Amino acid sequence: MTAIPATLGPRTPAEARMQQLRITVSKLRRNGSAMLGLILLVIIFGAAIFAPWLSTHDIYAQDLTNRLARPSAANWLGTDELGRDIYSRLLHGGRITLYIACLTAVISAPIGLVVGMVSGWFGGWVDVVLMRVTEIFLAFPSLILALAFVAALGPSIENAIIAISLATWPPIARLARAETMMVRRSDYIAAVRLQGASAWRIMVGHIAPMCVPSVIARVTLNMASIILSAAGLGFLGLGAQPPSPEWGAMLSSARQFILSNGHVAAAPGIAILITSIAFNLVGDGLRDVLDPRHD
Amino acid sequence: MRDTVLEAVDLTISFNDGAVTAVKGAKFRIERGESYGLIGESGCGKSTILRAVAGLNTDYDGSILFEGRELPERRRKEHFRAMQMVFQDPYGSLHPRKMVQAVLAEPVRLMGLGDEQRRIDEVLRNVGLGPEFRFRYPHELSGGQRQRIAIARALIVEPKVLLLDEPTSALDVSVQAEILNLLTRLRRELGLTYLMVSHDIAVIAHMCDRVAIMQHGRILEEITAPDVRAGRVAEDYTREFLAASAPAITA
Repeated sequence: MTAIPATLGPRTPAEARMQQLRITVSKLRRNGSAMLGLILLVIIFGAAIFAPWLSTHDIYAQDLTNRLARPSAANWLGTDELGRDIYSRLLHGGRITLYIACLTAVISAPIGLVVGMVSGWFGGWVDVVLMRVTEIFLAFPSLILALAFVAALGPSIENAIIAISLATWPPIARLARAETMMVRRSDYIAAVRLQGASAWRIMVGHIAPMCVPSVIARVTLNMASIILSAAGLGFLGLGAQPPSPEWGAMLSSARQFILSNGHVAAAPGIAILITSIAFNLVGDGLRDVLDPRHD
Repeated sequence: MRDTVLEAVDLTISFNDGAVTAVKGAKFRIERGESYGLIGESGCGKSTILRAVAGLNTDYDGSILFEGRELPERRRKEHFRAMQMVFQDPYGSLHPRKMVQAVLAEPVRLMGLGDEQRRIDEVLRNVGLGPEFRFRYPHELSGGQRQRIAIARALIVEPKVLLLDEPTSALDVSVQAEILNLLTRLRRELGLTYLMVSHDIAVIAHMCDRVAIMQHGRILEEITAPDVRAGRVAEDYTREFLAASAPAITA
């Protein structure tokens, strides 16, 4: 709680916001594991975005004379059971995995945030109804829920995204609700109420800014489980379909050679592992930096 | 002629569907320009009265009259504008993620007053802070500076009555005096009426013209500031309460 001498303070709102941002970034930079996660994520996203330029082979081109090859100069990570280049497929698979993970986050975070804030602010029967619905979703293991949904709608990436979103929003709603219930009793919210602000305005302008940071941190942590769910659905043949190079699907088709040619399964497996860890590290760091209680 | 600004008649406030009665039949009248104190030990219901008067808790029996007219359960903007509140804890009463400029602009916009920047600069000057404080966040301010911002937020809508909920009890002793002097000066310059809650008899004796002593949700008696200093009281409880804080008054 240091009071800065008046003369040193920022002179415009933009300057003040920049200063806050710099403080946040410098806090994040001092967090070694978060920075490691961030670097990994940048590499993974970069690899996914530039996959067409970074890949060395056509990902669908089969070469049955060269199947299950060990890593070599021609095929950096070897080839799979149909002689396709694993390195190239891994890069393109990253696109699908990150596409699923990001879209799921974009769908589930706002739903969770709105449900949680409405529930926490209004309380009473609104809270009871919304929380019982949330609990019904929470009661199912997320993969089972996603499985049931995909089984009903048919396997595809889009359905996998919807299915995983269904399983992802309830914990976010619970988080936003808890945060809202804590904030709504505070004096600064009482002060806005005394200015005649509507419930809507209070939620959007005053409560959401308190909930959003912890939701962002939570969603980043959830990314790991989203990626695992997506890979799980792909593995079970209910997500991305062959010959799509989705990591779960790759792992699934490689599992019959896991004892004889381990590297075929290891490549997508390690990719899933590293991506999940990277999201987890960044999420942990973000939680430390963004959570107001850590100030 | 008496010019009553704020009046409470048989104010009774219960919580948990009547299981706990926090305030029982409270009654007081506050004249224009007066500073009226509510004092008592913690849990006696003084803050509850303040929150009901402010309109934060509309679940009460009896009536609260502003300038002779009864306040409705659902307050309208003009009611909010006429009465503003300063909270006890300046660390909890400012939004941690909003800079001073945004905190002060919000009430101007909500009340549709216009002329935002001029009002903000003026109110900051009034509470003794320069315009450079506009772009600060609460965590960059000291406790006293925060409380000044909270007072500025209340004053920016030009209220007639200021409800003060122990405005200095969370501050350092040296800062307490600054804030109390600021409040005294503002009342004189802006012609404000204060309803002030405190458990600190020294603060009340310094700030208020008349004081109501509360115990267990009831107002026991009403005495003037000179009576407080001289110890002229009717109730035993008041005498005990004053005796317990006697060094504070005579000092």
